[in-house]
Amino acid sequence: MKIRNAEHREQILLQMTPMIDIVFQLLVFFVFTFKIVLPEGDFNIRMPSSSASEVSQPSETPLLKVRLRATPTGELARVQLGDIVLDGQAPFAQLHAKIRGMIGDAAGPGATEQEVEIEADYNLKYKFAMNAITAITGYIDDNGQQHKLVERVRFAPLPDAP
Amino acid sequence: MRIRPKGDTGIVEGDLTPMIDMTFQLIAFFMLVINFSDAEQDQRIKLPASELAKPPAARYEQPLTIHLTKNDHFIYAGRELTELAKLKSELLKETQILLRHTSKKLEDVTVIIRADQDAKVGLVQEVMKACQELQFEKFALRGKQSEIRTIGGT
Repeated sequence: MKIRNAEHREQILLQMTPMIDIVFQLLVFFVFTFKIVLPEGDFNIRMPSSSASEVSQPSETPLLKVRLRATPTGELARVQLGDIVLDGQAPFAQLHAKIRGMIGDAAGPGATEQEVEIEADYNLKYKFAMNAITAITGYIDDNGQQHKLVERVRFAPLPDAP
Repeated sequence: MRIRPKGDTGIVEGDLTPMIDMTFQLIAFFMLVINFSDAEQDQRIKLPASELAKPPAARYEQPLTIHLTKNDHFIYAGRELTELAKLKSELLKETQILLRHTSKKLEDVTVIIRADQDAKVGLVQEVMKACQELQFEKFALRGKQSEIRTIGGT
């Protein structure tokens, strides 16, 4: 039977330096390439130039016009869908309800050919236009599912400069 | 005179385990959050929020990104421009490059508009009009993703 000699037990020393070197290099690389990217999304709109759009075939469904009026400071003064003035609390929620009532979404996403034109005052803050686009283009139901309403949204041409 | 005993000159080794643990945790964190996307973002722009703003399903091919600040300035290709005429001139140059070096039609190029939430809508329209004059047709209005309903109501 072999008996180990306890006095001759070798002590193994691990070389940590190269590993620490590499680990720190990796850490420095990740720190320098670290970039905070906020989650962003897009609303895609196709707006050909006015000369090109004149040539295109007019849609069969009547164009819905949403007017956004601004106060002198750029805040929202009034929302109008055609001739209907939507005032009071949450005008964009009202706009959404009206659009949803008009169009309906039973046919599924992308089924509607309806086009909506947004005519906004020049100095209106952009966030209100984004709210209007959100109200028009769709909604998210209680299950987190996204439904589309109107996909064709465009801005009214700017009036000619005085 | 004090004489140190020879037997006490042992090697003092620091315990590296907590430091290595910590470093590996940091590396793991950075590896998880690393993002190689070349999304053009600018911290000067505070995007309007929308619950419907979702990232595009497919990447745009050679998009043009125009930023609009709340001070009515434009940021294009990393340069801050104070006048629309300068932006138009930059866009014209870009158009010529696109036409010369790519087979892509201008109407298929997406123009990403990153406008500040307090920027003027009219100015956004001016930018779109300038792009339209150069035959661009596709626009992507960029917004910040929101988990809450942004249009009010219930």
